Amino acid sequence: MAVKAGKTLTNPLFNNNPITLQVLGICSALAVTTKMDIALVMSIAVIAVLTFSNFFVSILRNTIPTNIRIIVQLTIIASLVIITDQVLKAYVYEISKQLTVFVGLIITNCIIMGRAEAFAMQNPPMLSIVDGIGNGLGYAAILMATAFLRELFGAGSLFGFPVFPLVADGGWYQPNGLIVMSPGAFFIIGIFIWILRSWKPDQVEAE
Amino acid sequence: MQGSIRYNLIFAAIMSVVCAVFVSWAAVSLKERQTRNAILDKYKNVLLAAGLATDDAMLTPEEIQSRFAPIEQTVVHLQTGEETDIEPLTFDQKKVTMALDSSEKAPRNRAGIQRIPHYALVYKLVEDGETSVIILPIEGIGLWSNMYGFLALDGDLKTVHGLTYYEHGETAGLGGEVSNPKWKALWIGRKAMDENLEPRITVIKGSAGPAAEDPYRVDGLSGATITSQAVTNMIHFWLGENGFRPYLRNLRHGC
Repeated sequence: MAVKAGKTLTNPLFNNNPITLQVLGICSALAVTTKMDIALVMSIAVIAVLTFSNFFVSILRNTIPTNIRIIVQLTIIASLVIITDQVLKAYVYEISKQLTVFVGLIITNCIIMGRAEAFAMQNPPMLSIVDGIGNGLGYAAILMATAFLRELFGAGSLFGFPVFPLVADGGWYQPNGLIVMSPGAFFIIGIFIWILRSWKPDQVEAE
Repeated sequence: MQGSIRYNLIFAAIMSVVCAVFVSWAAVSLKERQTRNAILDKYKNVLLAAGLATDDAMLTPEEIQSRFAPIEQTVVHLQTGEETDIEPLTFDQKKVTMALDSSEKAPRNRAGIQRIPHYALVYKLVEDGETSVIILPIEGIGLWSNMYGFLALDGDLKTVHGLTYYEHGETAGLGGEVSNPKWKALWIGRKAMDENLEPRITVIKGSAGPAAEDPYRVDGLSGATITSQAVTNMIHFWLGENGFRPYLRNLRHGC
């Protein structure tokens, strides 16, 4: 049990990462990774929603009627997302303003429903919670790494603190405009996938 | 039992009610905090536009209230440009703009404005009995979203004292950079209008010169052409004849 739980937690970080291997949740990974503080709040929101949705779906897994299970999962996820959004608006108003629609769009994040359908429907609640945290961390890891590179090279700062003095402020660093735009995130995530698959060749899809 | 239509319906009904209860509970119990955040945020943005606060300063709610104290709020009738005695504290700009009896259909315009309210809430910083800064609400459609902000003008009614957006849904890092303090700082000291109170300021593509030499142009936001144009369009609209121009004219003639 303990071994299985450990694997469930760590597997999604590298071996079965939702973004780099399953290539899920890309749209939000492109949208909210321009700044690290935004990416951090988004990561926490996704981990929370994913953990709770896995938990509730798992508790109900034997009572959910099979032919309406998707819509039931969606109802649970949507409720959790709305509650998360309300909490962010009440406690971190500034950042929730910058995240705008992307918190609401967690509903459509394929990772959440993917885990509910593929894992929580077959596994007991505790293991599902661990799976939720693991996949959430896998998502968060890629998000934070992407945001780190994008904010550092796109704006010369980390968490809003200047690291490279910008030319505009009399420093030497000319920020890279491309990296702030969505294609920049595509390149970075693409490079992550490349590195990860070179390191673990079994992740390469068969031709 | 499981799989029957009856079971499905009952399950779906219970599920909906339970989820609805949780969502409503969250919405209702957090409402007060959210409203307070929104009001403080609005005050803070008025202060930002008025130059009484900076973006990086973390102000406590009390500090925001105390700095807001010298600012007067007035509801202005847009067409006549006269100040009214409508209570500003309960004035809800969005409601007034939406309601059919307190707004009218806007003529075709580039700012994407559908309805013009009859009344608008303006803020004035009064120092020693003189209005030194006047803060006008502006809004318009950006790339994705309605953008709401404040344009602050100096006492001469031409020079920009500050520009700030307090609500928008533009792309973070691109159009969202309208909230970047460095970009906002570029506006200070430029001329929004010429001698005849004709709106002139334009957000250009690329970089503009310093405010003294190039007063009518502001740097564009890279990667955000549409948001940049939207900023120009909404400023022109709100400083124009359908916006605050009658009011500004009255102020200028010292009424």
